Amino acid sequence: MPLTNRHLLGLQGVPKEDIQLILDTTTTFREVLERPIKKVPTLQGKTVVNLFFENSTRTRISFELAEKRLSADSLNFSASASSVNKGETFKDTIKNIEAMKIDMVVVRHAAAGTPQFLTKICDANIINAGDGIHEHPTQALLDMYSIREKLGKLDGLKVCIVGDVAHSRVALSNIFGLITMGAKVSVCGPSTMIPKYIEQLGVNVIYDIDEAIQENDVLNVLRIQLERKAREYFPSIREYSKYFGITEERLEKNGKDVLIMHPGPINRGVELSSGVADGLQQIILKQVTNGVAVRMAVLYLLGTMN
Amino acid sequence: MDIKSKVIDSEGFKRIISRISHEILEKNKGTGKLILMGMRTRGEFLAKRIQKQIQEIETIELPLAILDVTLYRDDFRTRLKQPEVSVSDITVDISENNIILIDDVLYTGRTVRSALNAIMDMGRPATIQFVVLVDRGHRELPIRADYVGKNIPTSSNEEIKVKMMEVDGEDAIYIVNLTEK
Repeated sequence: MPLTNRHLLGLQGVPKEDIQLILDTTTTFREVLERPIKKVPTLQGKTVVNLFFENSTRTRISFELAEKRLSADSLNFSASASSVNKGETFKDTIKNIEAMKIDMVVVRHAAAGTPQFLTKICDANIINAGDGIHEHPTQALLDMYSIREKLGKLDGLKVCIVGDVAHSRVALSNIFGLITMGAKVSVCGPSTMIPKYIEQLGVNVIYDIDEAIQENDVLNVLRIQLERKAREYFPSIREYSKYFGITEERLEKNGKDVLIMHPGPINRGVELSSGVADGLQQIILKQVTNGVAVRMAVLYLLGTMN
Repeated sequence: MDIKSKVIDSEGFKRIISRISHEILEKNKGTGKLILMGMRTRGEFLAKRIQKQIQEIETIELPLAILDVTLYRDDFRTRLKQPEVSVSDITVDISENNIILIDDVLYTGRTVRSALNAIMDMGRPATIQFVVLVDRGHRELPIRADYVGKNIPTSSNEEIKVKMMEVDGEDAIYIVNLTEK
């Protein structure tokens, strides 16, 4: 059975069966990534455009690799080096790219809702690679896959998202996805960074990091987004790291074998101490590897739909 | 299922496995550098049976690999239904070895074509030999099997159904009339 939607715009409202299918398909591609020749001819002849209006290293490289390993033709567009700077409208740019006969678009944009808008003006399959502070579905899928790989299940697990929840698309996608899959989700951070209505999504709010460590099986630690003026939400970085930073001492004190995840890039010494970021409880680089496999699964499932 | 006739029963099934196992050993002069590779789904179980049979004859357990060729198919664009992928399980190094590729039915030859491509992407085997339980004709590619359980000439509005204990609860081969979809 194929996915119910021909685009991946977010995880809000995506049925459990679809998430399950993507995660199961990811296992296939994990195996492909272990082969000496990490390439299959599945999307031969398909053209994928990576439309990045916002900076990205990990996600863009990850998508690009996933496309290449499925034998699709991929091309990269970055806003800074394009005609957008000459005053062309977003819609015209898209229409022009579409006129060159493309099949799929991977889009990242600072404005929430850009992927939805794209579905209305072009025929390609649209994959959201992050839209503003709205959603980042493939990141949440790879987080869920990594948890499932490590702990064997999602149903009934307790997962806490730590940090700047209010400005995080990773947090929102994770909340939607994890709740659908039966996990118990909580968030933890300074009250200025916890959105007022977050509890309406079925999420628990914890303000004490020690309590969060004790209560949960997994901590998904978000990056403090200094470029998004995160500094305005707490008195100093030192204070943030003192009250919410995960350190070895803190993990030891709570004596809990909690799994540590981070979507990257890490601010070492802020949200995670260097020791924890390289420690035995984290799976941060595993997440990156799984990211390629998850994106291959999504591209495969959308690209072979008729 | 509109059954036309039952071609092979469980006794016949057993004899085929036994004969093919002997033929593999005869042609390769023993078990040297052989790897059994079953193609999902039923090829996997056939491979396991051949492995067991060869073990009984030679007291050697041959390495077994399982191949899923979904990602190599050439019919993504023409099929209405999206095929389900599953995982290949190949832990042995196939380079310089003799691969015994095993599938249940040989028809157009397109599945074997994808299997050959998949295998080539994993290494460079010395030889690839092909075992098939039923050869039903109607080839679309220049491909033949090295070991054939039974040749069953069919028309294109018939289908061969291979049933195996492991998934279907019985060992048998049926010819069925294709029902209009």
